[in-house]
Amino acid sequence: MSRRPLLRGASLLRAPTWPTSVPRPPVERTTGVDYETAWARRYGVRLARALVLDGLTRPVLRAVASPTVDGLDRLEGVRGPVVFAANHASHVDTPLLLASLPDRFRHRAAVGAGADYFFDRRWKGAVWAFLINAIPIERLRPSPRSMRLASSLLDDGWSLVIFPEGGRSPDGWGQEHHPGPAYLSVKSGAPVVPVHIEGTSRILGKGARRLRPGSTTVTFGAPLRAEAGEDARAFAVRIEAAIAALADEQATDWWTARRRAAAGSTPPLTGPDAVAWRRAWARPSRRRQVGHTRWPNL
Amino acid sequence: MPRPGFVLDVDRSTPPTLFWHGEGYRLEQLPPDRSRVVYPPESLPGVKDPDAAIRHALLNPLGDSAPLPSLLRPGMRLTICFDDVSLPLPPMKQPDIRQRVIEAVLDMAAAAGVDDVVLVAALALHRRMTDAELRHALGDRVFDAFAPHGLLTQHDAEDPDNLLFIGETDQGEEVEINRRAAESDLIVYVNINLVAMDGGHKSVATGLASYRSLRHHHNVRTMRHSRSFMDQHRSELHSSNWRMGKLLRDSGVKVFQIETTVNNNTFPEQFDFLAKREWEWTGKDRALFLASSKSLALTPPRVARSIMHGMRAPYDLTSVQAGEVEAVHKVTTENVYRQHLVPVSGQTDVLTMGLPYISPYNVNSVMNPVLVMCLGLGYFFNLYRGRPLVREGGVLIMSHPTPWEFNPVHHPSYIDFFDEVLADTTDPVEIEKRYEERYATDPWYIHLYRTSNAYHGVHPFYMWYWGAHALQHLGGVIVVGGDPRAVRRLGFKAASTLRDALEMASDVVGTREPTITHLHTPPLLMADVS
Repeated sequence: MSRRPLLRGASLLRAPTWPTSVPRPPVERTTGVDYETAWARRYGVRLARALVLDGLTRPVLRAVASPTVDGLDRLEGVRGPVVFAANHASHVDTPLLLASLPDRFRHRAAVGAGADYFFDRRWKGAVWAFLINAIPIERLRPSPRSMRLASSLLDDGWSLVIFPEGGRSPDGWGQEHHPGPAYLSVKSGAPVVPVHIEGTSRILGKGARRLRPGSTTVTFGAPLRAEAGEDARAFAVRIEAAIAALADEQATDWWTARRRAAAGSTPPLTGPDAVAWRRAWARPSRRRQVGHTRWPNL
Repeated sequence: MPRPGFVLDVDRSTPPTLFWHGEGYRLEQLPPDRSRVVYPPESLPGVKDPDAAIRHALLNPLGDSAPLPSLLRPGMRLTICFDDVSLPLPPMKQPDIRQRVIEAVLDMAAAAGVDDVVLVAALALHRRMTDAELRHALGDRVFDAFAPHGLLTQHDAEDPDNLLFIGETDQGEEVEINRRAAESDLIVYVNINLVAMDGGHKSVATGLASYRSLRHHHNVRTMRHSRSFMDQHRSELHSSNWRMGKLLRDSGVKVFQIETTVNNNTFPEQFDFLAKREWEWTGKDRALFLASSKSLALTPPRVARSIMHGMRAPYDLTSVQAGEVEAVHKVTTENVYRQHLVPVSGQTDVLTMGLPYISPYNVNSVMNPVLVMCLGLGYFFNLYRGRPLVREGGVLIMSHPTPWEFNPVHHPSYIDFFDEVLADTTDPVEIEKRYEERYATDPWYIHLYRTSNAYHGVHPFYMWYWGAHALQHLGGVIVVGGDPRAVRRLGFKAASTLRDALEMASDVVGTREPTITHLHTPPLLMADVS
């Protein structure tokens, strides 16, 4: 007696098996660096993103991160597309940096985001592409596709926000810099603006499970361009030094930072070469307080 | 291409002309066929990259000066002096030129390993700047780096321990300046040259001097022999400062002078119409004029003042030069003239002008009657080269509310000067002879000057001397729309309308239909009167 299926057509609920004699067509990847983000730069989406950024993100950040923005005067006169290169310690960095940008950059900036982290699912890619205009960047190895996309955006007048460390710092100190921003700047001619973000690791450091409201400082440096004959690797070193000088400027003052930069004694972003507890011990714990005179001044 | 200055002959088709009137402005109809209006040149384009221009100037100095980096060395004493809150007017939007220049200088000092750096606000006898004003002029970075360590100082012309007597010029003028600056290996002086009077040897010889030194050129004789003090070649004020500057140089005081000029971009975009010629006003301009002038007229004076003093000028840098003082100042003066000079043919019987809400000495403050006199008869009257715009014995008509009002913090000695001195006499020579020394040495005024934000006790006298040349030249002064009591105290006549003022003026000049020149400023201009 032959077996009859309990329900006719029940096998249709499962995907059919592929006959081994038929060659499979190549699978079209739609995640990771292959995620297509062009839709996120259409006018309607940009308008919706601007509403979210200005109407929701910025007020929330003001409440949670109390940002102080320094050095915007250094961007006076800078009009064209720019590569913003910042240190990275927290998920708060990206919205904070976007919210701190002058109007002419804020609504025309794309953010380089790790393809393996932010674009590993299509829904995640869609969320980040919408919220922060993220574009997928391959951070484990050089990816021509990532670089092509980033270059074409710069050519189209979009500014880029890139974290050259490639990921969030595990302990608040900086990590080794990749030469991505320098490479893009050399290739496109757009200047690199070094940015130092301070305080976000205390609000939502890597591994933290909840927000701890605090104060932050975003410091913009003067735009940098590769000098004649300077390749991307050498330029990247200069960009890292500029971010380190901005960090020093925040920790001390501008004049001290300039003198140390000139003498080549700027403290490195990566912190002391020591065991974990000493690195944690050496980390600045709170923002400096200068320029506020208590009254009465006794 | 910006258009040069222009002299308009008023006829029947000429639209009403803009007159500033303190915190507001009005349109006035000038009599046709005998009036003319002098318009300032349009704004020159600014340099494309100000920071690069500043760096280029520091590396390529004028005169016999070496580039700045080669004047800097480890272990030296460097003093950076800068113009105070009286420049520019209105205060410019950030970043201020002083910030840009001082950051560039400090960058070079850091690269050279210079540690001993002090910043000095060159106040002369002006009031001390507030922290907010210093922060605005120097930017957060410089302020935060120097102020908390006591390295951002303000010149104190009454601190005997911090003054150094240098010597006397061949004319017997005593030269005494800030000790820290005098004993430094290098003074870098950062100027904003808004008008032709600013800069040159006057920067150090006046900005860092004491009363003992200043009285040799801030006096009635000097002012009456300056025709005008905006033209340094015919200005006794400048001759005296130049003698002092040369004495300083010969005594070994080394100055690296940095001078900057700005264009006529004086008002924010929404007030653009203030710098336009009236017949070129668009519908938007007319609507903005109507809305702003009417609402300012209805606003309480205190609020209107605060609105206007909140205005920041979008000035652009038009030139920067650095190096030896005289070589630098020669080029700077040419650049100032390039923006300001307007050729004007001949003089008229009457000069009219609308005085705005601000003068060098009432930034964030009240324009009291003494300052009204100083702005009209001192600064605006002297905006000429050659001859005054008005003939000798002519009449000056100024439009300003001239309130009987003083800022007691900024101008304490002005109150007494107005109540006591001007009630007695308005003759500058008498005032100088009988009252100056008492006010200059009054310990309470000195205390306020040193510890508060007050102008020095002698400052109102200088304001009066500033107008001494005009007082000697003119047959009468009429203030339109001014507080009659305050105007009479100044020794002037008050008129309710311009028409009344012109009728009063015709009595003085002796003709029923006097010729009239209207000075359409700000933005600033300088009449080159042939």
